[in-house]
Amino acid sequence: MHIPDGYLGPPTYLVSYATCIPLWGLAARRVKAALPAQRVPLLAISAAFAFVVMMFNVPLPGATTGHAVGGVLIAIAVGPWGAALSISIAVVIQALLFGDGGITAIGANCLNMAFIMPFTGYAVYRSLSPFLPSRKGDAVAAAIAGWVGLTVAAFTTALMFGIQPLLHTSSDGRALYAPYPLLVTVPAMVLEHLLLFGVVEALLTGLVVYHLRASRSAWVIQLPTKVSP
Amino acid sequence: MKEYRPLWVALLAMALVSPLGLYVPELMRAGSAWGEWGLEEVKHMVGYVPPGMQRLSDLWKAPIPDYGLPGQAESPLLYRSLSYILSALLGIGLCGGTALLVTRWLVKKKG
Repeated sequence: MHIPDGYLGPPTYLVSYATCIPLWGLAARRVKAALPAQRVPLLAISAAFAFVVMMFNVPLPGATTGHAVGGVLIAIAVGPWGAALSISIAVVIQALLFGDGGITAIGANCLNMAFIMPFTGYAVYRSLSPFLPSRKGDAVAAAIAGWVGLTVAAFTTALMFGIQPLLHTSSDGRALYAPYPLLVTVPAMVLEHLLLFGVVEALLTGLVVYHLRASRSAWVIQLPTKVSP
Repeated sequence: MKEYRPLWVALLAMALVSPLGLYVPELMRAGSAWGEWGLEEVKHMVGYVPPGMQRLSDLWKAPIPDYGLPGQAESPLLYRSLSYILSALLGIGLCGGTALLVTRWLVKKKG
């Protein structure tokens, strides 16, 4: 899901950056307003967790690899704006130091993994959890949210890949950037995440949320209700 | 701070077992992630290297490509596992440190 340099043409990566900049500003404002000073280390833990969880590549045997992102788990722990900020930091460091994801694609990769994933997953979690009040039910809601969050992020990543041939094809019919059309990118990305990587994300999200709640872990912020994120 | 200790310990434990993310895909003969192929792979798949992709692909030389040392791709798994663990520790430190600085700065401005 880390789009490398060269896969997106300038219109796509510039629009992605332009979309991210106000969102980063908003995330900073929300975190500033809602995060108590003694809770600052939670965002550090979240950023470090996002970084390391993405190193666990999961194979689709004989074919490709993928990985969980932890985006929905982090959103449940520190709220979606805190997740956006901490995952963005991980994405930037992955690109600059480790070449995982391109530097032109930082905006696009942050949109998919740091905004779309945690916000979608968090919305699913919040809408399901009232119907699943027990601790096990809560973990099930978290698992479903993780699964949906990762799959939706895979879908938006596939859209970014798939519109490239529409935007940039030379007169001889060759692609200038990512070569595959939507009809290829969407099924490929969505199916592998729906059936395998999303299931890994679901298990991770559900099990860790269950454990965090059972152990009353400090990672899960209990914000006063009036400043809920 | 004490309440956060188990979380940092968990992150360190994850770093120590992170080479699983290197080893298991190789064991199962799984290649690159979808859409993250190198130029050679793209050429093999579509028959040519898209010119824009060629132009942008070497825009940035990451110092620790793919969580290992440059040119280490063919080294024995043991060495690559070691680099992978060190990359994980470095990433945890840098991500944690950056997030701590940014968030502390934000929260302080509240004053």
